[in-house]
This record gives sequence, C-alpha cells and structure tokens, in this order.
Amino acid sequence: MGLKVIIFGRLVDIAGNSVTVDEAKDTDSLVNSLNKTYPALVNTKYVIAVNKKIINQNTVLDTNSEIALLPPFSGG
Amino acid sequence: MDNNKLYERYHRQIILPEFGEKGQQKLLQAKVLVIGAGGLGCPVLQYLTAAGIGTIGIVDDDVVSLNNLHRQVLYSVNDIGLSKAERAANILQQLNPDIKIIAYNERLINQNALTLIDEYDIIIDGTDNFSTRYMINDACVLLRKSLVYGAISQFEGQACVFQNKNGRDVNYRDIFPDPPQEGEVLNCAEAGVLGILPGIIGTMMASETIKLVTGIGESLIDQLLTYNALNNQVYVLNLSAQENTRSLIPKNENEFLKTDYVWLCSTPVNEAEINADTFNSMITNGNIDVIDVRELHEIPTVSEFEHIRIPLAQLIDNSSMIKAGNVIAFCQSGKRSLQAAKILNGIFGKSKKVYSLRGGIVEWKKQQQTV
Repeated sequence: MGLKVIIFGRLVDIAGNSVTVDEAKDTDSLVNSLNKTYPALVNTKYVIAVNKKIINQNTVLDTNSEIALLPPFSGG
Repeated sequence: MDNNKLYERYHRQIILPEFGEKGQQKLLQAKVLVIGAGGLGCPVLQYLTAAGIGTIGIVDDDVVSLNNLHRQVLYSVNDIGLSKAERAANILQQLNPDIKIIAYNERLINQNALTLIDEYDIIIDGTDNFSTRYMINDACVLLRKSLVYGAISQFEGQACVFQNKNGRDVNYRDIFPDPPQEGEVLNCAEAGVLGILPGIIGTMMASETIKLVTGIGESLIDQLLTYNALNNQVYVLNLSAQENTRSLIPKNENEFLKTDYVWLCSTPVNEAEINADTFNSMITNGNIDVIDVRELHEIPTVSEFEHIRIPLAQLIDNSSMIKAGNVIAFCQSGKRSLQAAKILNGIFGKSKKVYSLRGGIVEWKKQQQTV
C-alpha cells in the first residue's frame, strides 16, 4: 500500500498522471521523496492539495489521503 | 426590441421552469466583459451572445493568425491579420443584432483596467499570460466584481468563479499568491494545446456566467475545477481564503496603477535577491528553509518566523542541515547573505533555489512596522 499522488498540468511531463509513493508520514517527507525521484520537480511551482484542499504547511498524511500536485495554468 | 421576436429567439431556454422569462430578463440586463478573444474567449463570446447577454465588451489587442484557427473558432482565413476584438464583435453582432457588443482593440494594462472593468457586472478572464491574469484578479478584488476564471495547459483546463462580493472572498491569489517566475512554467505558445480543449473550458465558463447572472443551479464559486480531456477526469478543489492574500493585492487605485505586473512575471531565474514582500509570501508557501547566516551573538534576534542559524563561516560544513527545495539566507544588511547564496548555489546547483533577503533583517523589521 502506498500513497497515490495525482499530478496535473505540466508536472505530468515530469512525473506522469499519477505517482505512488511507498511511504510518507507528512507532506514534507512526501515532497522530499518526490524531489529525489523527480529532480525536475524542485524548480517548478505548484500547490499541494490534500483531500481536495490546498495545504500551506506540513500536513500529516494517512493511507486514505487524496493528494494532488497542481501547477498554475496560464493558457487561453 | 420586439417582444414577440425576443420570446421566439430565446424560447427554448425561457420554457425551462428554473430559467423562465425572469432569467432571460436578467441576461438581457447583464453587462459582461470578456478579456481575451482567443481560445477561451471565442466559445464564451458565442454562447453569451446567443444566450442574450445584453451588453458584451471584448478586450483584445491581438490580430488573428493562421495558427489560431485550430482553436479560435469564431475566425476564418479571411480574418488573418485583422483585430480579434473588432472581428469578433462584427461576427457576433450578426449572430445577435439585438444586443450591444463593444470592441476594445487594446491591451489591458494598469492604466485602462479599472475604468474598463468598472463598467461591467461580470468579468471573464480568457487571457493567455500570468501578468494579465494577476492584474485582472487584483482589479476584480479592488472593484468587487465577480470573476469567471478559465485557463488551459496542453490537455487540461481549469475553471473557477470568484465572487469578490466582499473583501474576504476567495480570489486567485488564495491558490497561487505570487505569479510564477520565468522558467517555473511554460506559456501556451511553448506548451501546445489541443484545439478542442479551450472549447470545452470556454463553454463551461459561459455556463458559469449564465448561472451567475440568472441565479440558477450551483456555481463553481470557490471551487477550482480541473478537466483532463485525455482521460475525462474531473477534479474539483475546494478553495478557502488565506490570511496573507490581502496584503499581496493593491489596496487602492493608486497602488494598483503603480504595480508592475509585467515585471512580476518575468523576474530572471538568477535574480537571487528578494525583497521583504516576496520573502513574506515565500515563507508562507512552504518547502523553504530560512537561514540566519549572522554570528550567533548578533542582534536583533528573530522570533517572527522559523529559521536555522548557520554563521557564514560554517556554512559549507553545515550545508546538510538544509533540506527544503527553496532556501533564503538573511543577515544584518543583506551583504553576507548574498555571499551565502553564492556559496549555497555552488553546493546545491540546480537542486535547490537559493535567495538572499535584500536589506537584511534590519530592513525587514523596519518594513513590518510600517505595514
């Protein structure tokens, strides 16, 4: 059982539509783990949503957490 | 206008019980400003014109190009080289001669944004760049105008409604407080876009506008909907107002006029120095380590934000203490921290973004007192 992370926008080019992370107790460790696997993520801008809400600080995760990485879109 | 003709034109939506003649009257009285007559703007404009929005303004300073036609379905090859705003107004007026359509063949800039937006009830953002998007957002917050937002990226698109009824409502800066800097995202021209995608998102935006005007159904208020055309996945994010957002938005017309939106979105990547405002918004964004590179005995002490203390001389030996993807160094006046930023850039290369607080902690503390 891992944590599923849904990926949006240009981040899909880096990490695909979704990523499964083996273990992450909170969002900080999730980001660290993602940055190790996908170094290109480090220099991109995105927000993290947990259970469909944007989080602004380190947030505890459990196996039911629905996690998404959303970059800003500018096209029109 | 001839009432019978009016009834006949809109008959099929008037007979909807939720909508009725009342709904149609509301549409006919509404004034909607569509900013950007491109991929998103075209379908928005077509459906709002057909639905009978009484007054529609179209802002765009661009001309039609051949590579627009795969997604900007209002135009044809005969329109290439002509003003989008004027061509769109002309074509739409033929679709519905009974409504008022005004073309503004100009770019939305600080100097005209507030005057233009103030004339309308609902603003639609169909632009293609971050600087105009942030400007529209801020203007709508300032003027308390409802904003229907839409944006696209390759195979995905987003839509959202920001009500801006009062100063506490959610706005775009509650999602992304600051515009991305050069290199952090690609624009549409570089990224490519499936032609049908703005059609789908644009019609959603038109639908949200009609719901907002008539009051039917449930609007996407404070909800960011993301649609993926490749797998039909829809993801709806619930938004909430953030504490610090208001401080990022100009407080009055004067501040708005002075805000340099173009600069906001094009800061070069190697620009390592940041000011107090940027610093404050960056520390709220997370994924950041703030390093005090002064000697341990130096004052003033800092308790306002979390930070790590590593004096400049010990930085190389202790760089493993720095974990986050973004690093801001600060010192007393901003000189040593700039040195520290250079050292850290040498250690981390592209794996971390390193900044230095301009003016140091002294300047930062001074600025906090005046806010």
